[in-house]
Amino acid sequence: MADVALSKSGSSMRGLLSARRGRNRLDVSDWLTYGFLVLGLLIMFTPVAWVVLSSFKTQANLQEFPPSILPYSSETAMVGGFDQPLPLFDVTLKDGTKARLAQIRRVGRNAQMIDPENPGAGRVTVAVTDAVAVRKVRLATENYTNLVASSGQAMGRYVYNSLFITTVATIITLVMNSMAAFALSKYRFAGSSVALISILSTLMIPATVVLVPTYLIVAELGLVGNLWGVILPTVATPTGVFLLRQYMLTIPDELIEAARMDHASEWRIFWRIVLPLSSPALAVVAIFSILSRWNDFLLPLIVLNRREVYTLQLALNSFQSEFEIRYDLLLAMTTLTALPLACAFIFLQRYITVGVASTGIK
Amino acid sequence: MGIRARLAAIAGGIILLPARLAEPLMAGLQKILGIKRMPWVFLLPNLLAVMLFSLLPVAINVFYSVTGSDRLYPSERPFVGVVNYETLFDCTNYLDASTCSSDLFWRALANSLVFVPVQVTFMIGIALVAAVCLNREIRGRGFFRAIFFFPVMLSPVVVALTWQWILQRNGALNGVLTWLGVSPVNWLVFPNTAFFWSVFVTVWAHMGFYTIILLAGLQSIPRDVYEAAKMDSATNWRVFTRITLPLLKPVLLVVFVLCVIRSVQTFDELYVLTGGGPGSATMLIVQYIYEVGFAVQPRNFGLAAAASLLLGVVLLIFTGLQLRLSRNSQNG
Repeated sequence: MADVALSKSGSSMRGLLSARRGRNRLDVSDWLTYGFLVLGLLIMFTPVAWVVLSSFKTQANLQEFPPSILPYSSETAMVGGFDQPLPLFDVTLKDGTKARLAQIRRVGRNAQMIDPENPGAGRVTVAVTDAVAVRKVRLATENYTNLVASSGQAMGRYVYNSLFITTVATIITLVMNSMAAFALSKYRFAGSSVALISILSTLMIPATVVLVPTYLIVAELGLVGNLWGVILPTVATPTGVFLLRQYMLTIPDELIEAARMDHASEWRIFWRIVLPLSSPALAVVAIFSILSRWNDFLLPLIVLNRREVYTLQLALNSFQSEFEIRYDLLLAMTTLTALPLACAFIFLQRYITVGVASTGIK
Repeated sequence: MGIRARLAAIAGGIILLPARLAEPLMAGLQKILGIKRMPWVFLLPNLLAVMLFSLLPVAINVFYSVTGSDRLYPSERPFVGVVNYETLFDCTNYLDASTCSSDLFWRALANSLVFVPVQVTFMIGIALVAAVCLNREIRGRGFFRAIFFFPVMLSPVVVALTWQWILQRNGALNGVLTWLGVSPVNWLVFPNTAFFWSVFVTVWAHMGFYTIILLAGLQSIPRDVYEAAKMDSATNWRVFTRITLPLLKPVLLVVFVLCVIRSVQTFDELYVLTGGGPGSATMLIVQYIYEVGFAVQPRNFGLAAAASLLLGVVLLIFTGLQLRLSRNSQNG
């Protein structure tokens, strides 16, 4: 691929870009491709980056319009005679000189200021238009520390609940679905197509549509307010069975016959031969299971009715309704909730592409 | 030992422990039942879960739809017949939602009828272009693939809050507009713009999923077909319409069916982003079910169940039709 162009091209940048085409210039389709991808990059990524950046802004900074790109905070100074630190302003005085003053209070279009270096000089009245707040770039990490402090132990609890549900549900999903997929791909038996259809038909049933009856069943099992009440209804995913079955169909039956000759039990064949061979498909099912369990909202909202069993998503939602305009905490919480998956994603995204490609969605 | 190897070893240990315990049990079962019945043993846990949490709820839903009152437990619900269905279809003029006794249902239905085709068209169109671009030999391909898939990872609540934060009156978008000299807009206050953004945000959030599936489909197209086209010096557009699209058709069909089903089921993002508003401009059919069954007092489980069964039937017919069509096109 990189056999030409790099040496020929004068400018290294153009050489880099055109190296793969084996020519010295990019053709129209390349320009269109890069244009589309860069536009996509902007639209896909800036919103998330913006929220993360905003989560480091102070409350005052968040309420500004138009919003500043970087997180700023106003500088303040302690002035003798005042309990609170006062915000600093660069002021153009009436005689044209500039000074750095501290604002005591604002009345209409005028502000009362005082010189922080020399409080004895008395108060000055300044028009608001003549004063510019003194600001510097600063990450307001107190959004995060406040968040953890205000929720106390609860935050750890939410993280634990989310992790527990995600891990346990994913493991059960993988074992259960691969068992079913094994039965449906490696055996011929009466009723196999009925079983396959009844499993796949559940793909058609929107979770919201069967919400009331699902709640009823969970309640009858005595699992309301219990993490297992969220785990059990979601473990048998039809897509998982389908993906795994399609993949297992490609595993040659001779392998299984050979193992039977050696008197391996069916379970041993499943666990020691078929399962390891299906690992790419298992990885895909695992990733999608982790994603949907971690992000699930509606079922936990209904089943997990006590604060102690809240997941991160529920906590995030209750944050939004409890503190109406506490955007500083809300944005920090949003970032925290999305963070673990973002990290996992960096490691896993290669497997997603490769895995989906090899699981035979055709 | 590296961290990754150590983690793999720990994970392997956790998973293998119950397996070691299961092995003698399953071997014993096989002795009693014989090989012929083993597939049912493998199927049993899954079938039980499917019946308990998918098929049984549907049956209970049918029961709910023909019973009244706001009680949850079936024994406390009196039989009312088809009253719930009659309520849904009680209209003097079906084209005018305000003449219906459950006008919200017809508004939600009308919204869904616009939302689904528009969203699916944009979703598949953009995902296809993205997949074609990401399939080319370009610099930073892995990086771009990662970026396009990234929003799929985010939870609906996070997606909705992110865009709410950007679209609000003092948000980033209005900030950019002000900077460009355009006056700010209350994006989520007007029905038309709110509808636009509800399509935009849901496409934004789910496009990556379909891009990956289409990408997988593109990669399964044999290279030599393209080589042959190159020999004949076919244009890019011709290659795309004559080779890529026809060979991608089966995958496109899967994507299309999945996309429609999920589009009809759209709920979480819009519930947090617009709450169905302004008015009922972005309320879709699933949110209607949620509102009637859970949000509005007294809870009308019967009406919600009737509406959800209707939705289920429509989806079933649609999917059946798609499968029939695909089978015909594969035979012919």
